[in-house]
Amino acid sequence: MSSTESEGGTSLQVVPLKHWGRQIGAVVVLVLVAMVVHTLLSKIPAPSGAVVCHTLNGVKTCHPVVVWRFSWNTVGEYLFNPLVLGGLWLTLQITFWAMLIGITLGLVVAIMRLSHNRLLSGIAWFYTWFFRGTPVYIQILFWFAISTIYPQLTIGIPFSVAFVHLNSVTLFTPLLAGITALGTNEAAYFSEIARAGLISVDEGQIEAATSIGMTTSQTMRMVILPQAMRVIIPPTGNEIISMLKTTSLVAAIGVLELTGIVSEISAANFKTVPLLLVACLWYLLCTTILSIGQFYVERYFARGSLRNQPMTPIQRLRHDLRGIKGKFRTRRVVIHS
Amino acid sequence: MVAARGVTKSYGALQVLKGLSLNVERGEVSCLIGPSGSGKSTFLRCINHLEKHDAGELLVEGELVGYEQRGDKLYERSAKQICGQRANIGMVFQRFNLFQHLTVMENITIGQIKVKGVDEDTARQRARELLLRVGLEAKEKAYPVQLSGGQQQRVAIARALAMEPKLMLFDEPTSALDPELVGEVLDVMRDLASSGMTMIVVTHEMGFAKEVANSVYFLDQGVIEESGAPGDVLENPRTERLRGFLSKVL
Repeated sequence: MSSTESEGGTSLQVVPLKHWGRQIGAVVVLVLVAMVVHTLLSKIPAPSGAVVCHTLNGVKTCHPVVVWRFSWNTVGEYLFNPLVLGGLWLTLQITFWAMLIGITLGLVVAIMRLSHNRLLSGIAWFYTWFFRGTPVYIQILFWFAISTIYPQLTIGIPFSVAFVHLNSVTLFTPLLAGITALGTNEAAYFSEIARAGLISVDEGQIEAATSIGMTTSQTMRMVILPQAMRVIIPPTGNEIISMLKTTSLVAAIGVLELTGIVSEISAANFKTVPLLLVACLWYLLCTTILSIGQFYVERYFARGSLRNQPMTPIQRLRHDLRGIKGKFRTRRVVIHS
Repeated sequence: MVAARGVTKSYGALQVLKGLSLNVERGEVSCLIGPSGSGKSTFLRCINHLEKHDAGELLVEGELVGYEQRGDKLYERSAKQICGQRANIGMVFQRFNLFQHLTVMENITIGQIKVKGVDEDTARQRARELLLRVGLEAKEKAYPVQLSGGQQQRVAIARALAMEPKLMLFDEPTSALDPELVGEVLDVMRDLASSGMTMIVVTHEMGFAKEVANSVYFLDQGVIEESGAPGDVLENPRTERLRGFLSKVL
């Protein structure tokens, strides 16, 4: 029954438009996903060629031992290995300190870059040019080798009195060299992110702040920065996630963070793939947590920029489920003619 | 209250103000009218030193704006001193310029708390009184994006008033508004004028100028072409230019 008389009009069933392209695409993707899941969970004969035999009713049957293709049992064995957890902790520490240096220094560089003083903005430009223009890997090696060109660091008045002498070799441990290299490199990238954020704030905001008597520093802290954050947060989240993985480069100077420690272990036991998977799982977990954090931080700084707050993932899920239900409901329209 | 003598201002080769002189007494409402590009807004912005004038004398309450005279030299004032001067001058902008990340309440209290050092409760109390005065007492928790243009401009006026200014500057306060919202902002300004506030208003609302202003200045190409009581200037324009301008805006 597709049409009925009602309320003086004819109620007609609406036939939704079929999106054939989308549906074919969805099927193809579904098959590919099934293949990936299947191969991840597949089993193969053990590479050692081992067999198991058992006797049933006097008949002896043998078949090869099967193991997970991706050695999930080994993955499980090493996932909470104290050495691995130590490496993970080190990775998180390096990420934290490098980002702290990067954000603080980067903000200073960005503000210098926007200064009316040509010397300040020129130096800021040069900083970004230099640190973005050379590979971070070389920068790590460079900071590690700094004691060869500056065996002694001196704190004092330039070109005259020295107060303290410090030994570079003991001061610049591989860990500190790595953090310094990653942090100063990150500052160059972050300064551009911060600069984009700062110039995205409408000039009228600065004028309004000035007109009620705020100083330049108050205007920056209370008016410009909070609004610039909306633009700064998403790429910064990206940078933190990127940094989390870039820390693996410090393995080159002997700092055994997550990647360093798993390659060290697998060099000894040859279980390369499962150990790499262990590292990946930890990286993925950290990235997931960071992404969730980023969502809420973004939501906080978006206040006042949108009439309605963006939905949280749970709200969005509910919204989608309601949408799916709606798809299976027959829609009718009453036509008066 | 405000005295300008021969104020000039150039952007590069373009001279925007070519020797402007005027006098605004305490409690007076002065309207600056004129075609766009005539220098009205620039002059207004010079009064609270958002723009630096190049030459001439500009005094607010007998004090040089942005400079200090010691002997035969003018010393540029420090940023801090200028901020102190500005806090006594309220300004309302064409595009409202409310702080987008703050609620209406926070917009009105931030200056009192951070610049004047008023405690939070007193600041809130004063903000509520002002919101009542501009007819927005129900909107204190709203963000600027959730308000109409007219409401935003009224909050902007409340924000400026919260600093207890001695002088209010209005830079085309109704030009960015939908026609039906102009009235509510003009009402607030009218009320403010009758309370004895000294106001300098750059506007295209000739009706408002006629009704509220004590004096009207017609600017064209960086000079004051005509000035006087609104009745004289707007009803009996002497110059051809003002006649031409009025015929376009009325």
